[in-house]
Parts: sequence; structure tokens; C-alpha cells
Amino acid sequence: MLEIENLTVSYGDRNVVDGVSFSVRPGQWLMIVGPNGAGKSTVINAVSQNTCFTGTVRLNGTDIRKIRQQDFARRVGVLTQNHFVGYPFTVEEIVRMGRYAYTPGIFSKENGDDKELVERALELTGIAPLRKQSVLTLSGGELQRTFLAQIFAQNPSLLILDEPTNHLDLIYQQQVFDLIRNWIHEGPRAVMSVVHDLSLARAYGTEALLLDQGRIDAYGNIDEVLSPENLKNVYGMDVYAWMQKMLAQWDDQEEVLPVRLKQA
Amino acid sequence: MKRDTESFHPWEYVLFALAVLGMLIVCVCVGSVNIPLKETATIIWDAVWKLPMPEGVSDSIVLSVRLPRVICVALVGASLSLCGGAMQGLLKNPLADGSTLGVSSGASLGAVIAIAFGITVPSLPFAGTMVMAMLFAFLSLIIILSLAYKLDFSLSTNTIILIGVIYSMFVSSILSLIITFASDKVKHITFWTMGSLQGTSYENALVLLVSLAVFGSVILSKAKELNAFAVGEDVARNIGVDVRRVKFLILICVSALIGVCVSIGGTIGFVGLVTPHIIRLIVGPNHRRLLPASLFAGAIFLMVADLVARILLNPLELPIGVVTSFIGSIVFVYIFYRSRKAA
Repeated sequence: MLEIENLTVSYGDRNVVDGVSFSVRPGQWLMIVGPNGAGKSTVINAVSQNTCFTGTVRLNGTDIRKIRQQDFARRVGVLTQNHFVGYPFTVEEIVRMGRYAYTPGIFSKENGDDKELVERALELTGIAPLRKQSVLTLSGGELQRTFLAQIFAQNPSLLILDEPTNHLDLIYQQQVFDLIRNWIHEGPRAVMSVVHDLSLARAYGTEALLLDQGRIDAYGNIDEVLSPENLKNVYGMDVYAWMQKMLAQWDDQEEVLPVRLKQA
Repeated sequence: MKRDTESFHPWEYVLFALAVLGMLIVCVCVGSVNIPLKETATIIWDAVWKLPMPEGVSDSIVLSVRLPRVICVALVGASLSLCGGAMQGLLKNPLADGSTLGVSSGASLGAVIAIAFGITVPSLPFAGTMVMAMLFAFLSLIIILSLAYKLDFSLSTNTIILIGVIYSMFVSSILSLIITFASDKVKHITFWTMGSLQGTSYENALVLLVSLAVFGSVILSKAKELNAFAVGEDVARNIGVDVRRVKFLILICVSALIGVCVSIGGTIGFVGLVTPHIIRLIVGPNHRRLLPASLFAGAIFLMVADLVARILLNPLELPIGVVTSFIGSIVFVYIFYRSRKAA
């Protein structure tokens, strides 16, 4: 589905992503993980053509730079990390924009399929009751779900998500991730996402790409990549032990304070 | 506030057109000499069907002075307002209009050079200022986009706005320099920079009409893309908009329209900024409604401003730019205050 070879992104003289190669196949959910500055979002930006890059990115065998933007949008849905909407569009208007690639001209009208996909996207993300509300009045989580609905309305076969649970509380984190996992199984579909929460990555991902300073530290099956040794190597701390202690505080009332605070 | 359908019904367009026509007739009737509505209608009717005219001065006032001027005013208002609406969507900035891009300033420079140095084109009756304004509008666009492209390959809106503002400042310093050296034409230049459609002709109206029909149609046809730009350039790209091509196309059309308007009416501020802003509060941000509504509202707004400019200190005529800024800012503050209070 998606093949990336020797992807390099440079800002000035510095390579923020340096010779990265990986692939995403139908049925896979690739989690891109790594510490701040590892180049996770830059990989996403390059693959979604929002930044210049060298190397090759192929979608179903075709170089993405040779694919028309409309055709690309029909196959790939991209959710960016932050949304700054300045005008009072309604939730429904934002979601309907997701059908642009299918009805681009001023005279092309939405057909039954377009309307049905918009309705389904609104229902799936739980924002149907807010459809007439201005996006300027939404909370961060509601806005995130609105843009998630927009890319569902695009009906792509590959989702590229940069921190999809940004601004979402726990219940919506679980709902959104369950939703995406079910979505993958509905067809020959795949997801590539940047996730900071390693527990979420491990719970839902099938593959992982562990980045460190723009380079691949480990890539492959999620359980193998997110091993305590690999994470310790990249994050410079015992991630596994930290998570164990964080979890333990819920069982053992004497371990209430977070580890770092206790050490201080 | 209607937000259920994305575009207007045909009957709504008919209503807008009738409103523009009604205001046009009122503006032709009223002036230093008031001409009754029936007489005005008869004169226009007879002229359209080439019937014999009644004897009198009214027909020359209506046909030779007021009608071409009011048609030009309506077309300039419609064009500037449409351009403002498009720029505010494209640059995702409610304070954007033609002047933000620096094209208005560039067109002004061309026209002022023509006035100051007496540049004319022999074969065209209304050339000189117009040709220079259009030429400088295009040159400005090329300079601004080239600089923006050099700095930022993706032609991001922030880069374009920044270079547009810097370019406008640069141009205004050259304008001041020209005015300093062309002291004998200061009055003419100053009056022109404040905007005036006095003495405009049917030829001017035809140029404006053709420009609006050609460039305005392209802008109107990009309403869906402008909706996407108004949400964000990255969103526009992600849903399938060919961002660079569409942006380039809209910028060219906006520059051409502004160049033509500035060459005929001088620098008329506030129409492109205020009208789309007010209309957005009424019909919402969807450009499929916002752009056509701004077009009609811009025509009406500028006709009212021109009428006020003609009759307020009669027989003295005010520059239209003074009136648009005065009325526009008061109306803008009132509506903005009310909408914020209601929210």
C-alpha cells in the first residue's frame, strides 16, 4: 500500500529525518513513536506532502509526487496535530469538505453516497448532535473529532494521523482508537499514526517505527520494537519501570506520589 | 440566519439584482439637480430602445454624467468587495483585502507615475493612468510572489502577507517621493489617491464589466476551494485542493480586478475589507454564499457612498474614499459590537 525508501527531510543543513525506509500494508496499524525531536511528525508531513523531502514515497506502486492531489485525497486521509479555525463554519460544513475530492467543481452536486458518508462520519465520531454548531464554540476534543469525521468522510484506504487523541479525554481516546481499529477491518485499509502514549501504541498498533534523532532505531512487529531495552535506549530512561510504578500507584496507596516527585 | 443550503436560490439572486438596480436608479435620480424617477426611467428607456428624446438638460445629466458614473461605481464596489472576500478566505485572515497583498499600492504607484509625468497612450481614449495602473498591479504581483517563492517554496499565506505589507510600505515611500517632486500636480494626485469616480465613461464601465465577468467568474468558481483555505492551507491540501495552482489563479484574478478598479476609481479603501466582513456576519462564512452576497452588497455600499460624496456638501464633492472609510468604520464597529454582544 505505502512504501517509503530513504526518506530524508532537511531544515537548513540539518537532516531532521535521515534515510528512513519502511512500508505499510493493508490491515496494519503502524505506530510511529520516539522522543520529542525524533522526526515523527516530519515523517507524517513528508508522506502527506506538506513538506519537501528527498527519497521515494510510493502509494500502491506510484510515486506520490506524480499523483494528482484529488486522487491522493481519495486514497489517503490526513489528520494534522493542531487545528486553528478562524471563521464560524458549522461542524457539518467542515465534515462535508471531506467530500471535496469527489465533488470538486462549483457545479458538481453531492449525490446520495456523499450525503451518506458524511452522515456516517458524523455518527461514527459522535458529533452528529453538534452538526449545526459553529466550530468556534467547540472544545478541543470536539474539534478533533470534527476533523476526524472530515477524513472519514473522505473514505480513504489509508489514514495518516498525527496525534489523533490530542485534546481527547480517556473515554474518547478509547472510543476513537476502537473506531479506527474497526475501520481498518472493514476493508483493505491501513493506518499510520504518531502516538506519544506508548501504552495506547502497544494496545492498538500492529507494527511500530521507533525513531531517534531522525533515524530508525527499531522497526517491525509492535511487541518486538517496543521492548523495554529498545525504549530505554531511545528515551534514556527505564520506560518499562516507570510505567510499572505509575500503574502501581493505583494499587498500592503508599505509592501515591509520582516517582520523580518522590525522588525530588 | 440561513445556513441550511450551501448556495443561494435563484430567486434570491433576482432579489439581490433588483436591489442593485433600485439603488442604481435612485443614485441616477438624486444629485445636485434632482430628476424625478419617472423622467429618469423614461430617459433610460428611450436611450436603450433608441427612441426620440424629449428636449431638455435632464437627458444629458442622466445619460452623459450620472448613468455611466453610477454603473462604474456599482462595478468597482462589486469587484473590490468580491476581491476582499476572496482574499480574506484565501489568506485565512479577516483583515485581508487587496491592499494586504500590496497590489493596490502597486497599481496606485503606476497611476501616480502616469499623472505626475503625463504618460498617455495615443490610441486609447482613457489609457495612460489605466494602462500604468494595470501594468504596475501585475508587476507588483510578480515581485511579491517571486520574493515569497524565494523565501518559502510553498507560498505560505504568512509569507505573502508579510511581503505584501513590506512592499506596500516601500511603494508608499516612492509615492511620497514622486509627490514631492511633482508639486504642481499634488492636488490632482492627492484627490486621485483618495478615490474618485467623477467623469467616468461608458468605456470605463465596459472595461470594468468585462474584467468582472472574466476574473470575477474565476473567483466565484473557486468558492469551494476558498472554504478549504479559510479552514487552513494544510486542510485544503489534505482534502484534495491543488493548493499552489488555485492560490496562484485567485491571486492573479484578484490583482487584475484591483488593477482595473484602481486605474479607474483611484484608491478606494474599506470596501474590500468591510463589506465581506459584514456579509459574513449575516450569511455565514461559506464562500458559496459569501462571495455572491459580497459582490451585490459591495455594489450597493459604494453607490450609497458615492451618493453621499456627491450630495453631502453640494456643490462641493467629497472624495469617495473618505466617505467609504467614514461610513464603513461606523457600520463595522456597530455590527461587530452587536454580534459580539449577542454571542
